[in-house]
Amino acid sequence: MAYDNAEQLEEFRLEARKWLEDNCPPSMRTPMRDDEVVWGGRNATFKNPDSKAWLDRMGEKGWTAPEWPKEYGGGGLSRSEARVLEQEMRRIKARPPLFSFGLWMFGPALLEFGNHEQKLRFIPDIVKGKTRWCQGYSEPGAGSDLAGLQTRCEDKGDHYLINGQKVWTSYADKADWIFCLVRTDTSTKHEGISFILFDMKSPGVEARPIQLISGESPFCETFFTDVKVPKEQLVGRVNGGWDIAKRLLQFERSSISAGGFGGTGGSGILGPDEYAKHHVGTDETGRVADGDLRGRIADHKMYTKAFALTVQRQTEQAKAGQAVGHTASILKYAAAKMNQDRHELLIEALGTEGLGWEGEGFDKGAMRVTRQWLRSKGNSIEGGTSEINLNVIAKRVLGLKEHQ
Amino acid sequence: MSFVLTEDQEMLRETATAFARDELSITHLRALRDAGANGKDAKTRQKLAELGFFGVIIPDEPGAETFGLTGLGQILEAQGATLAATPLLQTALIAASALQLGGSPAQQAEWLPKIAGGETTFALALDETAHFAPYNVSTEAERNGQGYTINGLKKYVPDAHHADMLIVVARTFGESGDRHGLSLFLVPRDAKGVTITELKTVDSHGAAHVTLENVNVAESALIGPADQGADILDPVLDRAAIGLAAEMLGSAQAAFDMTLEYLNNRKQFGQLIGSFQSMQHRAAKMFIDLEMTRSCVASALAAADDGKSDLAELASLAKALASELVHLVSNECVQMHGGIGMTDVADPGFYMKRARVQEALYGSASWHRDRYARLNGF
Ligand SMILES: Cc1cc2nc3c(=O)[nH]c(=O)nc-3n(C[C@H](O)[C@H](O)[C@H](O)COP(=O)(O)OP(=O)(O)OC[C@H]3O[C@@H](n4cnc5c(N)ncnc54)[C@H](O)[C@@H]3O)c2cc1C
Repeated sequence: MAYDNAEQLEEFRLEARKWLEDNCPPSMRTPMRDDEVVWGGRNATFKNPDSKAWLDRMGEKGWTAPEWPKEYGGGGLSRSEARVLEQEMRRIKARPPLFSFGLWMFGPALLEFGNHEQKLRFIPDIVKGKTRWCQGYSEPGAGSDLAGLQTRCEDKGDHYLINGQKVWTSYADKADWIFCLVRTDTSTKHEGISFILFDMKSPGVEARPIQLISGESPFCETFFTDVKVPKEQLVGRVNGGWDIAKRLLQFERSSISAGGFGGTGGSGILGPDEYAKHHVGTDETGRVADGDLRGRIADHKMYTKAFALTVQRQTEQAKAGQAVGHTASILKYAAAKMNQDRHELLIEALGTEGLGWEGEGFDKGAMRVTRQWLRSKGNSIEGGTSEINLNVIAKRVLGLKEHQ
Repeated sequence: MSFVLTEDQEMLRETATAFARDELSITHLRALRDAGANGKDAKTRQKLAELGFFGVIIPDEPGAETFGLTGLGQILEAQGATLAATPLLQTALIAASALQLGGSPAQQAEWLPKIAGGETTFALALDETAHFAPYNVSTEAERNGQGYTINGLKKYVPDAHHADMLIVVARTFGESGDRHGLSLFLVPRDAKGVTITELKTVDSHGAAHVTLENVNVAESALIGPADQGADILDPVLDRAAIGLAAEMLGSAQAAFDMTLEYLNNRKQFGQLIGSFQSMQHRAAKMFIDLEMTRSCVASALAAADDGKSDLAELASLAKALASELVHLVSNECVQMHGGIGMTDVADPGFYMKRARVQEALYGSASWHRDRYARLNGF
């Protein structure tokens, strides 16, 4: 770990502040709506040219991935410098320049398990938002029991051949590349899985969007028919993919609990207390008129505060070398509950205003809340269900035994 | 804010944990109960004084460093783990805070050293009904020539059955419910007109109703300015809630650990009961709640030490979460122990009984939720 003295850190703060002032366009300092999120990639869309400029500048500096090594295009910052950068961005309310599975989960895993060539080849494009990645984990018969996956990967001498089906692959239709779990040995379960990367434009890859209850179709059924993959695109060793898969899931859980839920995680939306005041009304002392709703909103707000303090505590304790095990599962469970409670309260506070679907007659913001409420139901499913996370805590943290 | 203890605080924590484990175990509480002591324990008081636990937030000389409320919180957490009945919350925390925040230099000079040395213990006589409501005070303190005459009835006052001194909250102006008009008085337990009715309570810690009938005190008994006692009382009650939350965290953690051990030992259907998923998930959820409450208690303790402006909010957060936690864990502790959990020879019942007392004192979860909402303007 790099140590910085306070003076150096202060110097860095001034530098970062100045750079952000000069480079973050004013329109990138406003609350972001879901349809303004930048996902990057070959077919990137930018609602506003400023968001492209903002991504390009941040990517060039490596500040989309501040702590990754400079060698691979990252920012090369220490933990404390990265925190300072984060604070400075928050200070001017700068939008995140890039949303990316590459940044949140694939990149960190590749940095840990990939070889030098693979890192040189893939990491810089993740940092700059040039390649958009999707996650090929789940299959129709392998969800919670992920290691039950069947997609076959055969060694054909100079290449691999992949056949099978994935499902719930978020943004498979929009992604450039996939990181994918495949079976390289059918005689065993966990030890027969490998971790492989390939271009979604490869012949034999087909992604079909699936419509969600929220009306959106961010995820797909993905089919692989005789997909040829160069051998150097296998990460780690053959049949050694399960360890990488698990580590990546930890990164996924952490990024989800850090607020990566369903796009923007509801930024720019008023709180349930504010909606309740508006739609339920207030009593003579200015409090939310419905005492029971008010109590439940307070309960939720307290949980949210407790969650934030817990994240802060665990960060500080980790720094002091007092890490709690499997925090990713603890926080993932809590974050899912928190985000879902929030959206249930928002819908309740909005009353019939929250029951619109599309067209005229309903406030646009309220309709966004409605869609996000539906989307939030996925929070306790994606990245490992709440039940699975409780299993992990029970066994790995609390040491409770397996059924014999 | 720091969630990591200093070396000194860490040492204090270790001492307190070892002391609670070795000398204030549940076996000790059980023995006191069976002997009818009702929470009165002169020997323990003596030992606490020797360890210096009464003076944790009192500087040796003005301006000197102390272990702070964070330090005291570690001791309270340790005693919560074994459900120890000690005068620390009332005396080392509440009375010391009241005197530090509102006492005159003369009062501080007289009482703080006596608190630190464990010579004098205190009890805060506040509530007059069955529910915590700090401004609902009808007890009257009427001005007379040289001081005040106090009349009223205080209910369920913790430690009042053995404390040397009382801090009585009385009304010098206005009506029950008003924030303005409260005043705090130092009243010796043996003052003429004070009647202490000892209560046998469910948690075996005991408490007392206190009747004040024409109790005369001098002007110098007033802590802080007359009528403005709430300005002292509010921050003192915040600290009390935080200290109690630390104690509750300790109780919850201990009850949880005990449950976990049972889950890993007891067999049914040829399986450890802890291998059943319905038990595992409930245990995992309790653990998540423990982690969350721990963060809130630590930040509330630190906020008191750092003089943070959001102290009230954090106090309510900590007490509400700790109340819900200790409620859940104590109930699950009995349930998961099955039949043995219902017996007096086992410890789960002790945690459940103490939990309800902890929940009720200094504001229930609903009381603090309500205040949290008010502090946040909704
Ligand atoms: C919004 C969203 C985005 C997603 N994105 C992706 C993606 O990009 N790539 C990808 O590969 N996958 C993705 N997924 C898939 C996700 O990882 C799986 O849906 C998830 O792991 C659950 O698998 P399943 O749907 O097969 O449910 P199942 O595993 O069939 O589970 C059904 C129910 O049974 C419970 N259950 C199962 N096993 C146990 C057990 N041992 N103990 C207790 N309860 C159990 C589950 O908790 C759940 O409630 C996404 C899912 C969602 C909702």
